[in-house]
Amino acid sequence: MLRKENDNLEDIIKAENLTFEYYRRDEEGNVEGITTAVDNISLTVKKGDFVAVLGHNGSGKSTFAKHINALLYPTEGTLFVNGIDTTEEERLLEIRQSAGMVFQNPDNQIVCTLVDEEVAFGPENIGVPSEEIWERVEKSLKAVGMFEYRNASPNKLSGGQKQRVAIAGIVAMKPKCIVLDEPTAMLDPSGRKEVMKVLHELNKKEGVTIILITHYMDEVIDADKVFVIDGGKLVMQGTPHEIFSNVEQLKELRLDVPQVTELAFELKKAGVNLPDGILTHEEFIRALSRVVKSGGA
Amino acid sequence: MLRDITIGQYYQAKSPIHALDPRVKLVGTMVFLISLFIGRNVIMYAVATAFLAAVIKVSKVPFKFMVRGLKSIVFIAVFSAVFNLFLTEGTPIVQFGIFKLTWEGIEMAAFMVIRLIYLIIGSSLMTLTTTPNDLTDGLEKGLGFLNKIKVPVHEIAMMMSIALRFIPILIEETDKIMKAQIARGADFEHGNIIQRAKAMIPILVPLFVSAFRRANELATAMEARCYHGGEGRTKMRPLRYKAKDVKAYLILAAYLVLMIAIKMLRNGALV
Amino acid sequence: MSIILDKVNYVYEIGSGFEKHALKDVSCVIEKGEFIGLIGHTGSGKSTLIQHLNGIIKATSGNIFFDGEYIYDKDYDMRKLRNKVGLVFQYPEHQLFETDIFKDVCFGPRNQGLPEKEVQLRAFQALRLVGLEENLYYQSPFDLSGGQKRRAAIAGVLAMKPDYLILDEPTAGLDPKGRDEILGHIRKLHDETGIAVILVSHSMEDVARYVDRIMVMNDGELIFDDKPRNVFAHYRELESVGLAAPDVTYIMNDLKRAGFAVDTDAITVEEARDNILKMLNGKG
Repeated sequence: MLRKENDNLEDIIKAENLTFEYYRRDEEGNVEGITTAVDNISLTVKKGDFVAVLGHNGSGKSTFAKHINALLYPTEGTLFVNGIDTTEEERLLEIRQSAGMVFQNPDNQIVCTLVDEEVAFGPENIGVPSEEIWERVEKSLKAVGMFEYRNASPNKLSGGQKQRVAIAGIVAMKPKCIVLDEPTAMLDPSGRKEVMKVLHELNKKEGVTIILITHYMDEVIDADKVFVIDGGKLVMQGTPHEIFSNVEQLKELRLDVPQVTELAFELKKAGVNLPDGILTHEEFIRALSRVVKSGGA
Repeated sequence: MLRDITIGQYYQAKSPIHALDPRVKLVGTMVFLISLFIGRNVIMYAVATAFLAAVIKVSKVPFKFMVRGLKSIVFIAVFSAVFNLFLTEGTPIVQFGIFKLTWEGIEMAAFMVIRLIYLIIGSSLMTLTTTPNDLTDGLEKGLGFLNKIKVPVHEIAMMMSIALRFIPILIEETDKIMKAQIARGADFEHGNIIQRAKAMIPILVPLFVSAFRRANELATAMEARCYHGGEGRTKMRPLRYKAKDVKAYLILAAYLVLMIAIKMLRNGALV
Repeated sequence: MSIILDKVNYVYEIGSGFEKHALKDVSCVIEKGEFIGLIGHTGSGKSTLIQHLNGIIKATSGNIFFDGEYIYDKDYDMRKLRNKVGLVFQYPEHQLFETDIFKDVCFGPRNQGLPEKEVQLRAFQALRLVGLEENLYYQSPFDLSGGQKRRAAIAGVLAMKPDYLILDEPTAGLDPKGRDEILGHIRKLHDETGIAVILVSHSMEDVARYVDRIMVMNDGELIFDDKPRNVFAHYRELESVGLAAPDVTYIMNDLKRAGFAVDTDAITVEEARDNILKMLNGKG
């Protein structure tokens, strides 16, 4: 093999100076300029991690995500998925199978008119034998808690249920990694909870690497690692604790923080001696107890 | 309003007809339609009626569902009946100017109407007992031979099934856009034809934009799930003929042979 | 000047065997100039309720009065009601149809039969109210970001100069900044023009921050209708119908349980901060 292979197989995703540019064209199709949607991003995602990607709309995070599924190819730099360079055309199906993708709108990614056939769609595409498809469909639907709806029409399901079916459709392809592009943006709070529960279960029980793109800060708290993208660049990375220690920087990046973090931050600004990056109620109460014991503000 | 439209309506039941391979039902419908056209005599129509009645009985689909489909053809039926009644040459019974009512005309009109009704009942029997999915699968596999002459059978079947999935979504969307424009003072109920056609623009433009956006997103999602056409694709429920399908084919063959036999024996008698 | 609902019931698909009692004896009064939050989980009847307020859905039984007039009266002109009660549906940017934003905003006032000068004046005013930059007025909707398109669509309803503005989840799918921008503009609009606003939302944090009164729907019934503080005090009941209080309310309750002398009725971060500071200073 003359091609460059990624030797460290602990990393499911490895981006090296990944850049993606596209031409903006006017109405006649003449080139008006070049937009750099992803700008020189280098990062790695470890196998089995739960990773969150933050960034406001138009920050380039979706464009980056589409590279992982080989829906887009880097203009410059390289991206390895499970050790495979995504530009290796002959291994395209292998790449898409190992890094599945779930999109924002549940309606616009469901292909079939029955739940079980929907889950079977991916395995059918990669030529899995019929008997094995049945096994995979059953297992995947059970993993997302939708087995009892296997004969239902997707049109009759709630938003959260549709997203779980979409996730089952990816799980049935036995991926090593699932990339989800704002899967909860169009759901109500209970739908969001259902989807988040399923994602954490898949991560813990099946060891599937999860890359979750989201706007909801409460979905980020339990992640192993957080990446923040702005203007196509990777601007912050670290544990949730590290990321949410920079409340002011996050706000500059048009992002939010959980209410408990914000409350701690506001109290600190008012002179109360609290640590940065508080993420849970327990941490907050403990920190506040220490303050009271040490003699108030 | 728009919700009343039902397409590819399916009547859920457990019957031998429901359980048949969709290809058998497609062929069966074709055979029945052909049998209606090969001859026009009372015995043949009696056999066809008996056959149809037996299949309906076995299918467990209530008769009223069949009749429902007939409403849409009342106009065509009446029109062709009148046309045949007065414009068929033969022995006149009464005459009004250039129009004359003939025995042959009455006979012709009667057969015409019966043929039309049977045609609709026969084909709706197929859609009522076959899910849209099975139907597209059946078409894909049944017409697979067309692949050899470069007809993209798989792609056509895939398009049909996607259309079936998105029709209810787009109907709901139309409803929503209509309400949104009504809330902005749009008026779809008053004015002449041109004004009403113009009033549709605020609905049609967003609907098309939305359909394109959905199509685009769906294509990306399908690609992301390794879809690359029909080549190398397996099926969760591959169509395989079973013993009952063979039996059904034999019954169909027997029916067709019987009809042709009657036609040959009675040739010249009534036609 | 008010909208009065008197025992409004609505049943979907009567006689089809799939009947759904979407509204059950809903009674309430909405005064001019109020800022109301309407919450409830999906399928609780919120959307059905707001569509009654501008006459797009007709109640199965019960009465609705607008400014003292009975809206189901034979002689009542529904268009008058629709001009006064502006309804912004979910994802309103999907209804934009003109080649540029300005033309689209003109659609509503033009349907009202106003003179062309007035139509354009109103379009300008409305676009300014939602804070859209002037260089975007003559752009195609395709060239705008999601948040900008949404504000343009809201302007399309505002241009009709309604007295009541109903917004069905105006922040769905937007990023945090886009969300704050929209809600900020709506609040400003309410404060400056005195327009009544009914905000349908899934975010308790947003509702707590912006509205003066909350209506809670569950299974077709109006189960709470009170000031936000009083409604969120019932957070246990809210949880039982699939809702919750803002996170700070839970923080304050947790603090209280842990032995801190705080008030549990804070519903915004600012209130919680001030209350904790007061508690700390009182001790120190």
